[in-house]
This record gives sequence, structure tokens and C-alpha cells, in this order.
Amino acid sequence: MQGCRLSADDLACRRGERVLFAGLSLSLAPGEALHVAGPNGIGKSSLLRILAGLLRPFAGTVSREGGIGLIDERPALDPALPLGKALAFWQRLDGPADDQLARLGLADLLDVPVRYLSTGQKKRAALARLLGQSAPVWLLDEPLNGLDHEAVVLVESITAEHCRAGGIAVIASHQPFAFEAMQRLELAEFAA
Amino acid sequence: MIRTLLALLRRDLARLLLGGRQAGAVMPVLFFLAVAMLYPFAVGPDAPLLARTGGGVIWVAALLAAILPLDRLVEPDIELGMFDQWALRGIAEELVIAVRVIAHWLSFGPPLILAALPAAALLGIDGAALRTVELGLLAGTPGLAALGVIVASLTAGLRGGAALSGLLVIPLAVPLLIFGAGSLSTGGDSGIALTAACSLVLLAIAPFAGGAAVRAGRDA
Repeated sequence: MQGCRLSADDLACRRGERVLFAGLSLSLAPGEALHVAGPNGIGKSSLLRILAGLLRPFAGTVSREGGIGLIDERPALDPALPLGKALAFWQRLDGPADDQLARLGLADLLDVPVRYLSTGQKKRAALARLLGQSAPVWLLDEPLNGLDHEAVVLVESITAEHCRAGGIAVIASHQPFAFEAMQRLELAEFAA
Repeated sequence: MIRTLLALLRRDLARLLLGGRQAGAVMPVLFFLAVAMLYPFAVGPDAPLLARTGGGVIWVAALLAAILPLDRLVEPDIELGMFDQWALRGIAEELVIAVRVIAHWLSFGPPLILAALPAAALLGIDGAALRTVELGLLAGTPGLAALGVIVASLTAGLRGGAALSGLLVIPLAVPLLIFGAGSLSTGGDSGIALTAACSLVLLAIAPFAGGAAVRAGRDA
């Protein structure tokens, strides 16, 4: 895993007329993980999009080193295509990577069009896309939504492996995420 | 870079040309031919009148046919989160939009140019006028493709975006129509050259206008 770093300084986020949070700073070194916690609507997804560089912060700066991988509620896989082909598109962009499909329980679903997949299966497919990207910085927005118990354990262990290999993970979730080395950020403390 | 370009183009063509679940490139062509077929029913079987006005009808039909696929040019990819994933990989919106213009043109330009042959036969257009129509379409459809992608990027995510983009394209396509269809009455190549000039301007601004529109849409 190449050198990576993610830090934010004095971030504030405004959606519409409302300032969601302000004065938020964080710094993550290789191997560190952060759980962004808080109730719905507090700005967890917005924080992740700001960290990813997809949303401009209302105030403050973000600095990042290393490629960013993002999982959010949209799988970014063509609904009309069979899963195998939809993933193959990203593989052509990201280059070859280890085949993790069997581990994610997707090996038998490659012929199934993405639109027929269940919520949990789409989440697993998005994980396969993320693993294929080999990005050192992971931003996972509600990665456990719609997953069964086994898949939750799988996501937790994949995240732990990623961090042990020197990656960074930021997980926004209102659910508990079992990973002992993880720092916790209560977004409600920064609510404006 | 080349690998990225080819991967994007391949996906765009599969979506726009073959259409996945939708009809793809077939729909605009059928629509175009249906208009050419309806026109003689509306104005009557007066051969000289049909031959004189037929070229203009082909142009209007081509313009309207180019509007049909607008709603699936940009918006579905924003909804799927594709643009966000591309941005994270350092693939600029401008590049994606430029590739989309090429794919959009390939999916309706050449098919329409081919379909203009049977349409010209239906309307009784003679050889010289047909040549002008075909050259004009060759010069004008790239501009229509660029315009379509710009407008589709601007209206992506808006309520009633599909109808709105149709309404926006029509006035902006007027220069193409004036020069393209106008070259029929003068019979000269200057009209075609002006059509090509309009197309080039639109092609040059499309990636930047479209890319900026997609990025601005993220903050909304």
C-alpha cells in the first residue's frame, strides 16, 4: 500500500441554509480507521463527500494523499448489465486486481443483471468494485446497510485487513462497527 | 489515458447504440422515417411541392430525432454515481463528456444519414438536392450531438428535465438548421461550410460546458 494520509482542518458544511457542522478537524495516518457516528441528517454523508473532494466545504480545508475509494448508497454499476460485465467496466479502468468475488459471495451471481440483485448483494458488488480499485483511502458511507450478519462480519474483517496493510478507512454509520483499533468521532459534538 | 478513453467509449456505445433495455439507436431512426412518411400525407401528393420542401422536412425530422435520446445521455450516470466514481479516479468530467459526444453522434448521426436515403426517396428529392442534404447532415449532426450533450448535462437532475432539454435544444439548434437547410435553396457549399463552422464551435465548447454543468450539479 502506497503512502497515504487524510486530514481536514476546521471543516464546516452547509446544506441549503443550514450549517450542519463546524470546526471539525481530523487527521488520519496509514493504518488508522475512524468511525463517524451520529443520528440521521447530522451530515455524515456530507462529511464523507467533502473528504472525497466531491463536495466543497463551506469552510476549512482537506488534504489527501493517495487514491480515494468511496462506497455510498449508489453502487455505480449499470443496472441493465450482468454483474460480471458491470464489474468488468471498472476493472478496465482500475487495472487487474485479486479476484475476491468468491469471498464476497458473488461468484454465482455474475450472470445476473444488476437490477435484479438485492440491496445486500448490490452492497457486496460495490465492495468488489472498491477492492478492485486498490485505493489506500476508503470512505464507506453506511457500508452495513442491508447486509446480513455474515456479510457484516465480512465487511468488518475486510476493513481490518485494509488498515493492517497500511490503508486508511473512514466509516460513516449509525450502526456499531466492530473494529477495536478504530477511533470514534461523534458528529453531534460539532453540530452548529 | 487511452485505456480509460476506450473503456468509456465502449461503455457509452453499448448503452447508446445498442441501448441495453431501451431501443438504442433504432428509435431516432424510426421516428425520423415516420416523420418523412407522414409529411406527404399532410401536404398531399403534389410531387414538385414535396421535392421542393422535402429537404427542409428531413432537417426538421433529424433535429427532432436527435432530441429523443437526451434524457438518457447524462442523468442516469449521475444518479448511478458513475460521475463521482470517475472523479475519484481522476477522470475529468470534460473527458467523460467529450467521449459521450462522440458516442452520441455515432449512435444517431450515421444512422440518420443513412436513413435520409429512403426518406429522400419517399419525398421524391432529386440527386443534387440529396447530395446537399447528406453533406449538410454530415456537417450538422456533430453539432447537434454536442448541443444535445451540453443541454442534457445542464438539465440533469431537474424536474421535467427531459421535456426541458427538448425545449432548450430547439432554439439553440436554429443556426444549424438555417445554414443546413438553407444550403438547399442556394444549392451552394457555403451553407454547408457555415453548418460545419457552427458544429465545430459547439463541439469545442461541449466538453467544458458539460463538465462544468455536471460539477455544478454536485453542489445542488
